[in-house]
Amino acid sequence: MSYNFKEEMNKPERLAPGHRMCAGCGGTIAVRGVLRALHEGDKAVIGNATGCLEVSTFMYPYTAYEDSYIHNAFENAGATMSGVETAYNILKKKGKIKENYKFITFGGDGGTYDIGLQSLSGAMERNHDFVYVCYDNGAYMNTGIQRSSATPMYADTTTTPVGSESNGKMQNRKDLASIIAAHDVPYVAQTTFLGNFKDLHTKAEKAIYTEGACFLNIMAPCPRGWRYPTENIMEICKLGVETCYWPLFEVDHGKWILNYEPKKKLPIEDFLRPQGRFKHLFKKGNEDLLVQFQEEVDRRWEDLQFRCSQN
Amino acid sequence: MAIRERLSGNEAISFAIKQVNPDVMPAFPITPSTEIPQYVANYIANGEMDTEFIPVESEHSSMSATIGASAAGARALTATSSCGMALMWEELYVAASNRLPLALCLVNRALSGPININCDHSDSMGARDTGFIQIYAENNQEVYDNFVQAYRISEHKDVRLPIMICQDGFITSHAVENIELLEDDKVKNFVGEYEPENYLLNADQPMAVGPYAVSNYYMETKMAQNTAMRNAKQVILEVGKEYGEISGRTYGFFEEYQLEDAEYAVVIIGSAAGTTKDAIDALREQGKKVGLLKLRVFRPFPDEEIAKALSHCKAVAILDRCESFRGQGGPLGAEVKSAIYDYAKDVAAFNLVYGLGGRDFTVEEAEEIFNDLEAYDKGEKAFAEYRYVGLRGEGYTVMREKK
Repeated sequence: MSYNFKEEMNKPERLAPGHRMCAGCGGTIAVRGVLRALHEGDKAVIGNATGCLEVSTFMYPYTAYEDSYIHNAFENAGATMSGVETAYNILKKKGKIKENYKFITFGGDGGTYDIGLQSLSGAMERNHDFVYVCYDNGAYMNTGIQRSSATPMYADTTTTPVGSESNGKMQNRKDLASIIAAHDVPYVAQTTFLGNFKDLHTKAEKAIYTEGACFLNIMAPCPRGWRYPTENIMEICKLGVETCYWPLFEVDHGKWILNYEPKKKLPIEDFLRPQGRFKHLFKKGNEDLLVQFQEEVDRRWEDLQFRCSQN
Repeated sequence: MAIRERLSGNEAISFAIKQVNPDVMPAFPITPSTEIPQYVANYIANGEMDTEFIPVESEHSSMSATIGASAAGARALTATSSCGMALMWEELYVAASNRLPLALCLVNRALSGPININCDHSDSMGARDTGFIQIYAENNQEVYDNFVQAYRISEHKDVRLPIMICQDGFITSHAVENIELLEDDKVKNFVGEYEPENYLLNADQPMAVGPYAVSNYYMETKMAQNTAMRNAKQVILEVGKEYGEISGRTYGFFEEYQLEDAEYAVVIIGSAAGTTKDAIDALREQGKKVGLLKLRVFRPFPDEEIAKALSHCKAVAILDRCESFRGQGGPLGAEVKSAIYDYAKDVAAFNLVYGLGGRDFTVEEAEEIFNDLEAYDKGEKAFAEYRYVGLRGEGYTVMREKK
């Protein structure tokens, strides 16, 4: 199906305005982008792990969701949606429900990479028919920018603060998309906000309408945590992709597909420099840290290229 | 005609689950409740029921998925014991505050550590403030009967609270006893279809579950839960009476055994009531006026009813199969004493702890407790309170003499 940006943007919003997320929040852009991929007429139940998104979009007695919505706790969005989806199957079988429903769960990287990983892994392994969407902003932003296993190395966070004896986070980020792909689920994809949102839209639609457990990892920058001017979000995302920090790829029924290869791979400094959380990397004497960061980006990029060349 | 069978407690509750045929059951194995999901999975595998079973990866997820299924509009349940319940602790509060009428088949077992797979009540007693209705059983028959009544109570429009059907690990869960089962259609008619009013999959009216609600709404939600719990008292009695009409076995908040004219009584929960009844029979033959109050419903707590049933006694011993580390007994003791203070001040009440981690509780020990109550009352001997019944060596006690 061809993608028409104008048409998509004119669809009725399924996340209503008036929610309390920050201006320029990547999480909300991710949610709206994914929900736009639902076909009109299809009903949906939206799940949510505890996090910014949940406390800002369903503050009693107001909900920003046009669809049914369930938040349970921080670490169990996968298991909770497993129950909802299973209930749908049996109630449909018994003839108690006539309509078609789709199931989409959103979690931040804290609720997905860390505390919710077991619950997510279980749901993926059991292959429940739903999409788990991680809006990855690389830290526990809701509680005030604490590091997660999605936080990139050397990022300055409130639990990995830069100081006289510290250069920020000591460890590399977890490669969650690969971990979920190793569950042998039908569809895994990584995307972010680019141009006319075609990449995100296409992947979301594929994930929603592929039977079985599907996973989307969306880089969703947080201006507060990353410390860049709010209006620069699209530029930041583009640099993430052009530096190969955040490659766009899919794993479709086991087949690794690289969706975009920059003509000229930009140096990682271009992605790091606009972000306040990496400011210390550009101080005199820290050149080796940038070299290390670049080496890690290169290693992962080559690894991904290799996987995608094996099909 | 009722069906006569020989079943273990786990098999009895599984048979009731089969007859009720709920929609969704997520579960994770843990001794001694493991057999329940096993039996259910077998019934499903053989086409005897059409419940959807979710073999989740932990108990936190079993309760999370049960909550999801229940919120979606399904009749849902899970089963667990001990540390499994401890792992789902957070979710017990979520289930209750979301007013989801799901069922939890709990097979009581001690909590770690040391790791111990045998019976005591520390798991469910620790969860007494989560907002679940809690119903306990003495034997396999009661386990079966309690489950058949469960959804009638939890789904009642004045209640809408999750319900915990508890039985004693191994003592009832694994011991095989004679049991009388109801016919399938009788159970189906009694339980009825689940018709939720608000649920996620209601196409006419979408719904949002699990809000962020801060200080301007939180207290009202707690009062709403509390009101529902108070309402559950009447519903439990009505359902117990109606169940009596189809089974011949009527249920209330508690059973009174030789209590009417008793001077000395024991208050106890679960299978140890059977042991206590044997002691009572023996002592009654000696002409002693002793009796038992076996508590069935711990949440909601029937405080006034308990106190009134004990009000004519001279002295009572409240036996906890749970330690609460307040330095003076367990939760049942605290709550029954509080009820006695409010409604029956003249009754001397003592709290003892027994049976932790599956320690045997014998007829002789029960007899000794009755004799101690009598000796205290007659001024012959101080009563050693807060002691552990059956403990090896000396433990902590408080000697109370009659004033």
